[in-house]
Amino acid sequence: MGKKKEARYTILALIALAILVYFAQNNLDDYKLRILNISAIYVTLGVSLNLIFGFTGQFSLGHAGFMAIGAYVTTLLVLPPWYKEMIFIIKPLIWPFTIIQAPFLIALIISGIFAAGAALLIGLPVLRLKGDYLGIATLGFAEIIRIIANNIPQVTNGALGIKGIPEFTNLYWSVGVAIFTIYIVRGLISSSYGRALMAIRENEIAAEAIGVNLTYHKVMSFTLSAFFAGVAGGLFACLISTIDPKAFMFTMSYNILLVVVLGGMGSITGTVLAAFFYNFFLEYLRSVEAGFSIGPLTIPEIPGLRMVTFSILLLLVIIFRQQGLLGGWEFSWSRLINIIKKIFFHQRATEGGNG
Amino acid sequence: MEEKKELLFLDHITMKFGGLVAVNNFYLKLLPGELVGLIGPNGAGKTTVFNMITGIYTPTLNRIYFQGKDITGLRPDLIAKIGIARTFQNIRLMVNLSVLDNVMIGFHLHLQSNLTSAIFKLPGYMQEEKNIYHKSLELLKQVELEEFKMEKAGSLPYGQQRKLEIVRALATQPKLLLLDEPAAGMNPQETKELMDFILKIQKDFDLTILLIEHDMKVVMGICRRIIVMDYGITIAEGNPAEIQRNPEVIKAYLGVEANYA
Repeated sequence: MGKKKEARYTILALIALAILVYFAQNNLDDYKLRILNISAIYVTLGVSLNLIFGFTGQFSLGHAGFMAIGAYVTTLLVLPPWYKEMIFIIKPLIWPFTIIQAPFLIALIISGIFAAGAALLIGLPVLRLKGDYLGIATLGFAEIIRIIANNIPQVTNGALGIKGIPEFTNLYWSVGVAIFTIYIVRGLISSSYGRALMAIRENEIAAEAIGVNLTYHKVMSFTLSAFFAGVAGGLFACLISTIDPKAFMFTMSYNILLVVVLGGMGSITGTVLAAFFYNFFLEYLRSVEAGFSIGPLTIPEIPGLRMVTFSILLLLVIIFRQQGLLGGWEFSWSRLINIIKKIFFHQRATEGGNG
Repeated sequence: MEEKKELLFLDHITMKFGGLVAVNNFYLKLLPGELVGLIGPNGAGKTTVFNMITGIYTPTLNRIYFQGKDITGLRPDLIAKIGIARTFQNIRLMVNLSVLDNVMIGFHLHLQSNLTSAIFKLPGYMQEEKNIYHKSLELLKQVELEEFKMEKAGSLPYGQQRKLEIVRALATQPKLLLLDEPAAGMNPQETKELMDFILKIQKDFDLTILLIEHDMKVVMGICRRIIVMDYGITIAEGNPAEIQRNPEVIKAYLGVEANYA
């Protein structure tokens, strides 16, 4: 199938998705909308982490840190000045946040830029590390961001957090950003630069020997990844309407990592599916947490049991299907049609056999 | 006869790792179009010489010149850019990527388009991408690997992987090619093919080649000049016949004084 045809199908699918989003936004209740929104934000987070981890092979656990930066920047920009003055009670808010206010879109973009700036700053020294060491360094960075957020009440309102953030995030925003992220990351991955990133993942020494500038490509991938994490942080803040440093603990990075590993490193399609699966399943498991009984055995209410379930799931994936649900498989219309054809022909063959 | 300008000049370089002198006072002038063999027992410092030329190590003492320019301590990717390509003793392919992708990555360093035009697939980039694709296919055709283009590089037979690594190096459009034990692990038939292959690419791509090899049949068969190293120093230099007669070389390889009586 030609590229033009693929593009046409994609546009049709996007229109269908837009209609779907429109109906969902107008008909579903708040609870369901919240889950869909979170899932879409996880798509953005997962795809951006996949860029640096799945495609470039650099183990980063710093996504919660970039999210935190994005969340705080967005919050400080979208809240009206009078409101900020009112809620900052530990220490008064410092200039220039006391006077500025920006529309949501501008706030999101600036959030991304701030997160990307932080990534650039720490990426240059930290991306010299490899494997687990890089993971630890980026994890340390995320913790530093969280602890700083805890200790500069003149910007973040400290441990009290900021409440009453306007709930700008709806499905149009969260799905729109997710699609934009996929578009950019896919564009990068399918280009010569993307091949260079994958070359670094496969074999750093060989990549450098054939002229791939390691520093440039790693930092570029890391910075772009952080940009989208920052934007997702902003969406997140305006979805749950209240943020405090505790929201961006290590578990946040872990959740995103889980989505990427579950879906398959190096597969955008896998990440998208895993992001929705993770959030839907997490909600479904609430019933497990509430306590249940199997025959005569009654399990009492155990908070946190659903995370245990997920840890077991992750263990099973790592033991039995290391490459994740989809491995490096990527969606395209021609592949989908091939699968459908295969099923169709198979069915016809069995019918013939019966006749 | 007018003296030709040398392509590569190693001006008595020395590499020390702590107290160990891996390469001592190594001198080499490579003229354009030469095919020189670098041999020696294990641990003689041959690969260290390669690593110094390609920027993985910076010599402790003295300088390296390529086409008259000082390239000492340049980053490996910049060394590749100015026209020095290499292969590795233990094959280093991008095993999970396709054969075609492996070759296309070799063209990345000459890419003119910036990141934005690559992400948004602007016309300028698409033209370049098309050129890279066709040139890569052309290369694969020339070395008879075209039929495997969509296979994972790691799934190729061993001999083909060696070949692919050389092709990937050729994609960077080098003037100088450094081959680190290309015949290692090959059977006699594959070795024979490899020798023809090296001679063919040298002619087709107008290359200067420096070759590390343990298989004497390969070295004696295709190199007109051979350098022998042992314990980091050059112990002999000359054409294959001279090297075979050289008592120093025999001593280094066999460990005993040759008896001519």
